[in-house]
Amino acid sequence: MNLTLFLLFPLFTAVAILIAQNSKQIRTIALGGSLLQLGMAVKLLLAYYKERAAGNTSQMLFEYIQNWFTPLGLQYHIGVDGISIAMILLTSFIVVAGILVSWNMETLSKEFFFLLLLLSLGAYGFFISLDIFTMFFFLEVAVIPKFLLIGIWGSGKKEYSAMKLALMLMGGSALIMVGIFGIYFNSHTSTGAHTFDLLLLSKMNIPIEIQKLFFPFAFLGFGIFTAIFPFHTWVPDGHASAPTAASMFLAGISMKLGGYGCLRVATFLMPDAAHAYSWVIILLATIAIIYGAFATMMQTDLKYINAYSSVSHCGFVLLGIGMLTQTSITGAVMQMVSHGLMTALFFAAIGMIYSRTHTRMVAQLGGLLKIMPFISTVFVIAGLSSLGLPGFSGFVSEMTIFMGSWQNPDKMYRLATILACASIVVTAVYILRAAGKTIMGPITNQSYEKLSDASWNEKFAAVVLISGILIVGIAPFWLINLIQPGTEIIINKLGAVISH
Amino acid sequence: MLNEYLQVLKFEWMLIAIIFILLFIKVGSKEWKNETLLYSINFLLLANLIAGFFYNLPGSLFNGMFHSNDLIFLQKNILNLGVYLISLIAYPWLKEHKHLLEFYILLLSTLLGMFFMISSGNLLIFYLGLELSTIPLAALANFDLEKRKSSEAAMKMIISSAFSSALMLFGISLLYGVTGSLFFNEIALLIHGGPMEIFIFILILGGFSFKMSVVPFHLWTADVYEGAPVAVTAYLSVISKSAILFIFMTVMFTVFRNLEPQWYFMIFLLSVLTILIGNLFAIRQDNMKRFLAFSSIAQVGFILIGLSGVSKLGMASVIYFLLIYLFSNIAAFGVISIVSASTGKENVSDFKGFYKTNPFLSWVLAIALFSLAGVPPTAGFFGKFFLIMAGAERGNYVWIIFAALNMIISFYYYLRVVKAMFMDENENPIQKIMVPALPKLAMMICLIGIISTGFLSWIYETIYNLCNF
Repeated sequence: MNLTLFLLFPLFTAVAILIAQNSKQIRTIALGGSLLQLGMAVKLLLAYYKERAAGNTSQMLFEYIQNWFTPLGLQYHIGVDGISIAMILLTSFIVVAGILVSWNMETLSKEFFFLLLLLSLGAYGFFISLDIFTMFFFLEVAVIPKFLLIGIWGSGKKEYSAMKLALMLMGGSALIMVGIFGIYFNSHTSTGAHTFDLLLLSKMNIPIEIQKLFFPFAFLGFGIFTAIFPFHTWVPDGHASAPTAASMFLAGISMKLGGYGCLRVATFLMPDAAHAYSWVIILLATIAIIYGAFATMMQTDLKYINAYSSVSHCGFVLLGIGMLTQTSITGAVMQMVSHGLMTALFFAAIGMIYSRTHTRMVAQLGGLLKIMPFISTVFVIAGLSSLGLPGFSGFVSEMTIFMGSWQNPDKMYRLATILACASIVVTAVYILRAAGKTIMGPITNQSYEKLSDASWNEKFAAVVLISGILIVGIAPFWLINLIQPGTEIIINKLGAVISH
Repeated sequence: MLNEYLQVLKFEWMLIAIIFILLFIKVGSKEWKNETLLYSINFLLLANLIAGFFYNLPGSLFNGMFHSNDLIFLQKNILNLGVYLISLIAYPWLKEHKHLLEFYILLLSTLLGMFFMISSGNLLIFYLGLELSTIPLAALANFDLEKRKSSEAAMKMIISSAFSSALMLFGISLLYGVTGSLFFNEIALLIHGGPMEIFIFILILGGFSFKMSVVPFHLWTADVYEGAPVAVTAYLSVISKSAILFIFMTVMFTVFRNLEPQWYFMIFLLSVLTILIGNLFAIRQDNMKRFLAFSSIAQVGFILIGLSGVSKLGMASVIYFLLIYLFSNIAAFGVISIVSASTGKENVSDFKGFYKTNPFLSWVLAIALFSLAGVPPTAGFFGKFFLIMAGAERGNYVWIIFAALNMIISFYYYLRVVKAMFMDENENPIQKIMVPALPKLAMMICLIGIISTGFLSWIYETIYNLCNF
């Protein structure tokens, strides 16, 4: 399986879009390209099972190394393990759904789909990279499309939000840059040369004081991408102003880049520092969870509700990583997948409602179930998944995180776990309130009665995402088995630290 | 022997030949049409650029006062490329200009001066080259003959360069007094870090700082950039700066090598000031030329980071960055030049809604600005990353963190222009502009350069292997 195809497919699709003549061709090409990506991702999963069944136990599969900027020791080094495959699958699901949702995009559609595909290119590249330089490269590739997507096609105070998002993410990148320079210059291969290679670096032991110096940069840098408190402020504005597909990409893919980086770069390469600083991570994550949940209660705009709840849910990812037990880290990865799918679904539903009613204010909506049953059902499913109803993906992943967190016997960590658990109640309050008000009850505005239900493309998008949520929710073991070998290696490295 | 004179000095002979051709045309009685002239001159410059890649003979002449090696050939090729591109983007402006021949004669004279300067192995010939490259520039800055601002720019430029030359000359004469030599490699052996030598170094560094517009010697930059015609501004900010930086590296790494412990701190201080002041002032600018002037001041601060590495990595990264900077800056100035030539508008606020009317130019400007900001997938990302990496090798992380945070500020003001073009509404945006063929060619070359220079790692590897540190 050639992983470079994950870069070439979006690239060729994007180029084809540039050549295309009219908007119908453009969206057909975009959809075709994204379906191909989805097919590739599924094929990758099957190929992975086949390799593992054949007894291939190497850490990364389908590796490929090509020297790049040889004097500096940069490499184009790609490969995947279970964690990356889970992320790639998530990305491909959301890309398909995102393109379907923006099917009727007419203003500057060429640029719109081009940027969407560029964003997905950045995400795929990030997840398959095994070299921190290329990871960093792809992470930043995804920033500019977000800025333009929000700024050009957004709504509300879009320029402000776009600028805020771009600057904060750029700030995150700047911190990451300092962190990876620290890693690069303080590790030596056997020949004395420096390297950015993730696998080589993981075998070296970076001195503990160096780790303590640079771990905060790397972790916080990636953390900004995943809305670590107090650098979460780009999330609500960015999500609320973005067009539907961009919101889905932002919450579903972009925020996951950060979580993946925290795990793969910061925690994996600097395990001593991860232990030393884990209480800070836990503290920030717990604050994000509780603060996010309570802030959501105060929101009146559906998109803000979902954005703040994203802050809260991404707090769980960081909590899982910070707890440093195998179960909790596995749960964190699952939470990334699950949150990606359900937020994307939520944003898709909100986008569908907004495109019909032209308002996202909870107070102005009501009784939508009678008018658009399909969209309302999707909305409710997304909400229930978000509050962690068993059967949906949210339950599985949050449960795993809590179980993993409880394994950490420290009192403070237990307290954090209890507080995080308690926030679920708050989640239930705001989700049920929002869903109840908009979906149930009397129809608030008579003009809504003429509105139509979901079109075929919207139905298709929703089905793709819901099927993802249900697969993870009802049969989580395949996902756990996929992720576990990857987290095991990280845990082994973390465990080696405790013992010495 | 004759052969050696021909081949080692080949770049200079080529330029002299072109200058003479232009002089003959000027003196001759035949009236040429501007367009024919422009096409033929651009053709000559293209020939000059291509010729630069063949039959280069490394060697030294005049007892080592003038020397050339493969790295210097590469640097001259970079400058030739830049001059060719600037000549292309100047087309719409020069088409109407009465004194087009003088423009090129002066321009190529300064380039000749820079070539001598880069190749110099002796302070005399270095100073000669430096003066040849600055005095005609002041005349060039005044080339919008009707504009008062242009004359003001020229006046400011000539005074400040005279001042900086005086500083430098004072340093050079003291240096001769202390060491008894003017040859780079001889002086290098005689300097050991005494107080007098540090004083000399500061004088010479001050002179260089003026030319590179390093804070606090930057005050002339913005006014001159604003007043001068766009093509000259581009020339000042790209070619002139690159040439000075090339020779600055040689001087720092050879002549003042032994003072490295002392100058590292000075460069650190200058770089921090330059980045900060450049960035903070760039935020406030509305005139595009002033804005690019301050942003280019900040860029020099970043270049100093790479230079402070004092390593093969640092040297290669600076040259690599300058190549990328050339593409990005010329592309940006190209767009501004076309807009300015056809509408006279030069302010950021005029660019509001630019994308609706001129999508191609908007993308060119946006990609150029992304490259200047250092955002992937443009080459500027690689350039800046390697520069900072070269600095990080020394372990001075305070500097690195400072630079990283300043990249955010710079990101803001570059995005501000992108925002104006793509997002802001405008009742009457700039009309659709027809881009003539030559500037379009230049922009395409720049775009290809901006995108591909980063991915093609052999460009960096070639530069790296040529750097004989």
